[in-house]
Amino acid sequence: MSHTNGRVDGRVLEGQTALVTGGSQGLGRALGAALTSAGARVVLVARHFEPLAAAVAEIRAAGGEAHAVVADVADKDAAAIIAGQAAALVGPIDLLINNASTLGPVPLRLLLDTDCEDLERALAVNLVGAFRLTKALAGPMVLRGAGTIVNITSDAATEPYERWGAYSASKAALEQLGRVWAAELAGTGVRLFTVDPGEMDTRMHADAIPDANRAELSDPARVAERIVALVAGTDTASGARVAIRVGPPGASAAEAATR
Amino acid sequence: MRPAHTYPEQRDDVRLLVIDPAAPEGAGLRETRTPALPELLAPGDLLVVNDAATLPASLRGTDEDGRPIEVRLIAARGGWRADAGSSSPLHSPGRFSPLRVSPLRFAAVLFGSGDWHTRTEDRPPPPELAEGARLRFGALRATVGRHATLSPRLVELRFDADGDALWAALYKEGRPVQYAHLAHDLPLWAVQTVYATRPWAFEMPSAGRPLSWEILLALRRRGVRWAWLTHAAGLSATGDPAIDAALPLPEAFEIPPATARAVAETHTRGGRVVAVGTTVVRALEGAAQQHMGVVRAGRGETDLRITPAFRPRVVDGILSGAHAAHESHFQLLAAFAGADLLAAAVAHAERAGFLTHELGDAMLVLPGALAQPQRKATSAP
Repeated sequence: MSHTNGRVDGRVLEGQTALVTGGSQGLGRALGAALTSAGARVVLVARHFEPLAAAVAEIRAAGGEAHAVVADVADKDAAAIIAGQAAALVGPIDLLINNASTLGPVPLRLLLDTDCEDLERALAVNLVGAFRLTKALAGPMVLRGAGTIVNITSDAATEPYERWGAYSASKAALEQLGRVWAAELAGTGVRLFTVDPGEMDTRMHADAIPDANRAELSDPARVAERIVALVAGTDTASGARVAIRVGPPGASAAEAATR
Repeated sequence: MRPAHTYPEQRDDVRLLVIDPAAPEGAGLRETRTPALPELLAPGDLLVVNDAATLPASLRGTDEDGRPIEVRLIAARGGWRADAGSSSPLHSPGRFSPLRVSPLRFAAVLFGSGDWHTRTEDRPPPPELAEGARLRFGALRATVGRHATLSPRLVELRFDADGDALWAALYKEGRPVQYAHLAHDLPLWAVQTVYATRPWAFEMPSAGRPLSWEILLALRRRGVRWAWLTHAAGLSATGDPAIDAALPLPEAFEIPPATARAVAETHTRGGRVVAVGTTVVRALEGAAQQHMGVVRAGRGETDLRITPAFRPRVVDGILSGAHAAHESHFQLLAAFAGADLLAAAVAHAERAGFLTHELGDAMLVLPGALAQPQRKATSAP
């Protein structure tokens, strides 16, 4: 394996299996492409079949192995169903990326105007959904003594951005849950990383900040490559929070890892 | 004893009857609870689990004439694909290659109208279905293949869908197989062990249900090793006398190289191999039977039936659900302990009101289990 300026060359995940939630668009879709380019066999999970099937078809056309599982991670019964289908399709999962995420209704509202149900939905998808799937897939990883879990969060987990309350709270909770996961999994061979991917040029970003200058946003494909490098490498300690800042095309890369 | 009709409050806290065939006469039984498991095993012992996840193997639908039908999948036959190993950093040494299963054909047992609320033996028979008959389960369609000579209710079943679409449809239309002793529908997550991985099991490998990570990690801290295999547990009952008399049907298993090595090392060093459940006994003893007493890594299929006359060559002890004396699972325990001790165990379990079946209490048959306090003192590092 070789790193060039933080990027990965070659099929560093050959023979590995990965499951990515929120796999039909944005960073999840880019992760599907990057992981299969690195040799992994990938299961993409999303709520709606058509965009998911398009993401899978794109990967297959490029010679990668990808599979579609339609599910809502917020559904209590979904974790066992996703885990079962994924293992049937590609075998035990080596890498879980909890990427599915909801902002709640847009335009984003002040907390004073946020419906309690919208906070509950953000927690159900962004926090509890990730927890359930981690529970279902971390057990097999611990049994085998190896595996990696990545939770995608946001700088909104640490910064009090106005109008981002529900989303922020869910991501902050996900980050703290990740720290406890990593502590409990120490010594089992299973690693967990929290990744803050920075501001990306995705539909979610456009929904949240419609008037953003897209030229200043990161390309999700480049962020995905950095996440592949992170999981393929062994130099980042489990439990780390990794902030990826690839910046707009042409910008020099910066990255910060903190515990 | 009566069946548990719902899950216990805590997965890992049920009654455990310890049966020690090596203990002095009259001292071979002790009742405790499953959180005590780590103290009952010794450093150097090996706990072998079946990592099969439970499939939603019951599908309800109709035939072409609209007559109601339920199929319960009992076995899969198809292309198993082994993937080459990898030298990437995620792939630790000694780790088993990921495998993919594409079981294009299933064996299935047919039932008539109704569902699990009715005892299997009281279910109306299915309509007569010729080879080539078409069935419909929601959007999923299937063709009935050959009938087994054993019973016309045991058939080959081919689904129209394949790959992603087949698995999506199975998980959408299927429900876990369950029986009339239960009080409510079992969701899929409720029939999984905490280490459930590959969906090979048509019924939950339920002996492992009381194992939590709290218990498994405590075992490891104590110096007990774990290993896993995958065994395609079939159905435990169908209500068809001819099929039931033949159960278990041949079942597929796979033993990873690390598990074969761990079994050999455990015996070389004087440790005990403890099987979690009947399926693990069948896989290990079935594999050994096929290789002159040695557990070899690989895939296989076993028709081994463990009877009281069977002398295990690999497995020293078994963690099992609590079973009544007439159940076939209980007959299997007789391969590990004498008739008098087992009779005393059943009498105790009856008196104490042990709960049986997949959500019930547990039994551990293990020579030396009740001598652990002494062993613990002498084998401390």
